[in-house]
Amino acid sequence: VENVRLLDRLSSRRAVVGTLYLTATHVIFVENGSETRKETWVLHSQISSIEKQATTATGCPLLIRCKNFQVIQLVIPQERDCHDVYISLIRLARPVKYEELYCFSFNPKLDKEEREQGWKLVDLNEEYNRMGVPNSYWQISDVNRDYGVCDSYPTEVYVPKSATAHIIVGSSKFRSRRRFPALSYYCKGNNASICRSSQPLSGFSARCLEDEQMLQAIRKANPGSDFIYVVDTRPKLNAMANRAAGKGYENEDNYSNIKFQFIGIENIHVMRNSLQKMLEVCELKSPSMSDFLWGLENSGWLKHIKAIMDAGIFIAKAVAEEGVSVLVHCSDGWDRTAQVCSVASLLLDPYYRTMKGFMVLIEKDWISFGHKFNHRYGNLDGDPKEISPVIDQFIECVWQLMEQFPCAFEFNERFLIHIQHHIYSCQFGNFLCNSQKERRELKIKERTYSLWAHLWKNRADYLNPLYRSDHSQTQGTLHPQIAPCNFLYKFWSGMYNRFEKGLHPRQSVTDYLMAVKEETQQLEEELEVLQERLANLQKSQSGDNKVKSKQQDRSKQIGLYTSNNSLANTPQEYSNDLKSFPSRSPSQGDEEDSALILTQDNLKSSDPDLSANSDQESGVEDLSCRSPSGGGCLPSEDSGKDSDEAVFLAG
Amino acid sequence: MEFAELIKTPRADNVVLHRPFHPAVEGTLCLTGHHLIFSSRRQDNAEELWLLHSNIDSIEKRFVGSLGTIVIKCKDLRIIQLDIPGMEECLNIASSIEALSTLDSVTLMYPFFYRPMFEVLEDGWSSFPLEQEFELLSSVTNEWRLSCVNKEFSVCPSYPPVVIVPKCVDDEALRKVALFRHGGRFPVLSYYHKKNGMAMMRSSQPLTGTNGRRCKEDEKLINATLRSGRRGFVIDTRPLNVAQQARAKGGGFEQEVHYPQWRRIHKYIERFNILQESFIKLVEACNDQSHNMDRWLSKLEASNWLTHIKELLTAACLAAQCIDREGASVLVHGSEGTDSTLQVTSLAQIILDPRCRTIRGFEALVVREWLQAGHPFQQRCAQSAYSNSKQKWEAPVFLLFLECVWQIHRQFPCSFEFNEQFLIMLFEHVYASQFGTFLGNNENERAKLKLPQKTMSLWSWVNRPEELSRFQNPLYEANSLVIWPSVAPQSLQLWEGVFLRWNRPSRFLEEAEEERINIIKYNKELQAKVNALRRQLAEMETDEEVQEEP
Repeated sequence: VENVRLLDRLSSRRAVVGTLYLTATHVIFVENGSETRKETWVLHSQISSIEKQATTATGCPLLIRCKNFQVIQLVIPQERDCHDVYISLIRLARPVKYEELYCFSFNPKLDKEEREQGWKLVDLNEEYNRMGVPNSYWQISDVNRDYGVCDSYPTEVYVPKSATAHIIVGSSKFRSRRRFPALSYYCKGNNASICRSSQPLSGFSARCLEDEQMLQAIRKANPGSDFIYVVDTRPKLNAMANRAAGKGYENEDNYSNIKFQFIGIENIHVMRNSLQKMLEVCELKSPSMSDFLWGLENSGWLKHIKAIMDAGIFIAKAVAEEGVSVLVHCSDGWDRTAQVCSVASLLLDPYYRTMKGFMVLIEKDWISFGHKFNHRYGNLDGDPKEISPVIDQFIECVWQLMEQFPCAFEFNERFLIHIQHHIYSCQFGNFLCNSQKERRELKIKERTYSLWAHLWKNRADYLNPLYRSDHSQTQGTLHPQIAPCNFLYKFWSGMYNRFEKGLHPRQSVTDYLMAVKEETQQLEEELEVLQERLANLQKSQSGDNKVKSKQQDRSKQIGLYTSNNSLANTPQEYSNDLKSFPSRSPSQGDEEDSALILTQDNLKSSDPDLSANSDQESGVEDLSCRSPSGGGCLPSEDSGKDSDEAVFLAG
Repeated sequence: MEFAELIKTPRADNVVLHRPFHPAVEGTLCLTGHHLIFSSRRQDNAEELWLLHSNIDSIEKRFVGSLGTIVIKCKDLRIIQLDIPGMEECLNIASSIEALSTLDSVTLMYPFFYRPMFEVLEDGWSSFPLEQEFELLSSVTNEWRLSCVNKEFSVCPSYPPVVIVPKCVDDEALRKVALFRHGGRFPVLSYYHKKNGMAMMRSSQPLTGTNGRRCKEDEKLINATLRSGRRGFVIDTRPLNVAQQARAKGGGFEQEVHYPQWRRIHKYIERFNILQESFIKLVEACNDQSHNMDRWLSKLEASNWLTHIKELLTAACLAAQCIDREGASVLVHGSEGTDSTLQVTSLAQIILDPRCRTIRGFEALVVREWLQAGHPFQQRCAQSAYSNSKQKWEAPVFLLFLECVWQIHRQFPCSFEFNEQFLIMLFEHVYASQFGTFLGNNENERAKLKLPQKTMSLWSWVNRPEELSRFQNPLYEANSLVIWPSVAPQSLQLWEGVFLRWNRPSRFLEEAEEERINIIKYNKELQAKVNALRRQLAEMETDEEVQEEP
């Protein structure tokens, strides 16, 4: 469709005209502008809703909301075209078969072996070994070999050694969806563990001997402690209501040596609505400070994030400080339980704060334990009531921790944002389906690629420059401040207003420091080469005159070698400019150079889909698009000024 | 007066000091004329706390048995608690502190007694003369001149002796204009935009009154900044109705009939007593110990603090936009032209002028646009957010300005030569200081108090290399562009460095800052090494060639 206008969300006066293309996998908008022809690509699977608005004089507006929080407003000249686009998108955005998803057609041009290698990058057996199991307390159980006991669990599950198959099967029958208690995290230092399950089918009075034995077995696997915590992550009221349906929670009288605890995290429906409310605030056109703060507060979003974090903090404290094992569950044990277990693991174990470890953590607590990615993130057309931002909340918890502990994480904010993006994009197979069983049946590993390998390949983009493996913040357990701490939870504009670049800091400290570190590395290499040359020269000068000419040849060779290798991968002019260095004072940076760093090096983005719409504005570009003389456009962010400007433009 | 008369108990032992995030310490408390000194001599943890009496905003005392407790709330927003054994001692100490922290004579303040322990390399009192500024200006334009019309502070008591005005307006005309402007604050040059030759002027409101008085000289003065055929903008920091009401009291605004080339924009910026209330509410919210997330956000909202920040930044962006984008000259004023006017003109310069983003440039800006421009620091900063006594003229006008700079800094973290600590340091010294810089309400008062002769300037201390190194932003790379901040609510944050400074654990953030500094420092060291080696190599190679030639 031609002559489509792409509107700027913040200012209706700023719009670009271009052509809209629909392909099997993407919506593509190409600007008409002769020089840049900027393209905006949106994956069909990212589309969360499409809204056709009333036709106006200028055409027919179409509003596309994406799951990665991008909002696209198009105006299509012809009503009929608009309707066709609308109908097509509705169909395309809601595939009914897995085979329709992008990952089955996405081909990053890797051969079979590379693909297999990619899937092997994250290996959970290796991870359990790293934790220190199997050992004399924990063993791997094959009871779920053919998903015979629980179809949403993985085939390989770690359980206490004293839990026999009989106990496991018995316990599974007493648990919602047969999700029996299994090991999530084991703390090598003190034998304490985090186990996870679903709620018991206790009703008002039912009990199950095997389930009681199962919890006993978990306690015995930690000989240093004489009780375990059972953490029900639901609000007490919800848990009690479940009893009427034959479900419920553990009765402390029936289980010996447990301490039962509620931690009120709301259910997926509350969370869905909360996010919806917050996004409405983000979408407001020129909100006042009060509108924004009120809206944020009314959405309750940060309160929910804090509840999840508090639960994680409680568990991490029990394990690390009290040395007590914890069994965590909610209703089915695949949403809140996954959130809480992974936050606790992240706090406890520095490994999960590395890039690789974080991938492993998601693989362990989310993918393998049957978090229902397909249902929660609406990959296939399904019940809208099943959709909820469960993992989004976990990702935000990580971001909140990164804000409090800037040196503790190996990865940066971009890493989190890209993972969130790909959970919805369906470009990689990792997050398909609702369980390991389904993924195996679909032969995901043979037919699609792994996101982890893709991220790993581009890991340079995701590094946190402040991370050092020997830094004190990277050691041991993280202890977030508990009280007063409300003000520590902040709105994450980098995620929820991700596509409105104008709202974000215009200079990225992370990117700047990464560029400096890269340069440092090159300098280190050059230094080595120079020292070698110097040593050679000194030798030659002190040496005999006869050998001198030979030596010189060699030093010339070295010179050649230098320029070929170490300097070739340095931006050449840049390092030549550095000759002027000694004259420059520490505070007065070299302007040309810094401009280079800021405008070029930092703009790299490894992911074509992500970079498509991420033209990071430097100060210069910024000025041009803000120029009021440029077709009467006005800086949109300063929308508070609009009324006044209207005055002086009219005049 | 002898301070000793006010000190009833100069010393108390076995006092316990409580601070958030620090373990309690036992030690000795001493009171001197200007300081409260707490020292603990424990071997493992010897430390001293020196607190200026003038930093104390309020003091509360309570008793449990014979153990007295004093809670001291400081102007820098810190709260400390001292447990003092013995009721009488405690009462004596509390009343002494109260007396010493509320001295009403300026000449008894610490700056008049302070003797620096450092060598003065440069006298800060004469670091930023307006003449120097004018020299720079006259290298690019000859449309302006220095006027000494206010030499004896007779034309305008709150202006400095020297000001920059359009060349074509003589001193006689200036005297007439001064009579037409509130407090004699006639329009003077605040900033000259070299890029397009546009000027930003500031003044107070014109005294048009109800019958629409006019002043030809005033019109001529501000028209002198216009290019022929171009128009200018008057940014009035009051809403239209307030400006209209001001006419009844003899004030007013520039009417279209008399200023046809000027377009007036009313950009409301809150007045001082409202700001002070907002400040108090915000600090209350930040010190609230409750756990409820909701209450925090609604209290933050109810304080309106961030709304003021947003309004102020928006007004400054507007002024900057008029100059840089519209290519128009601008006149900024409110009523008196000593508060919101200065906020707008100084912030606009931060946005437009790269020089103001350097340390010295920023200091010069504070001197020019705040101290010399007659912002009544002493009135505004007499009390901070904790004081119980009735407020008169207090308002965090300068703090709001600093916070706006911080907000821009946050959005352009590599474009400022100074760091957040520099801004926090200024905040502290404005409210309580050993230096005389911020005493008095204008240059006139400072001259009468003989501050340059009798006290040390803050700039003499700050600009010493040792001190400067603490305030440098490691990420700074000069950026010659105009920097346009976003004023959307999503882009603005609470200034935690000031408001949560004492009630959040700062260790991890400090470590991060250290890490940043180290990364840059290591890079620079390597650069130096590589360059040195290169030069050495080059020399050796040429030497060798020379040797070989003969």
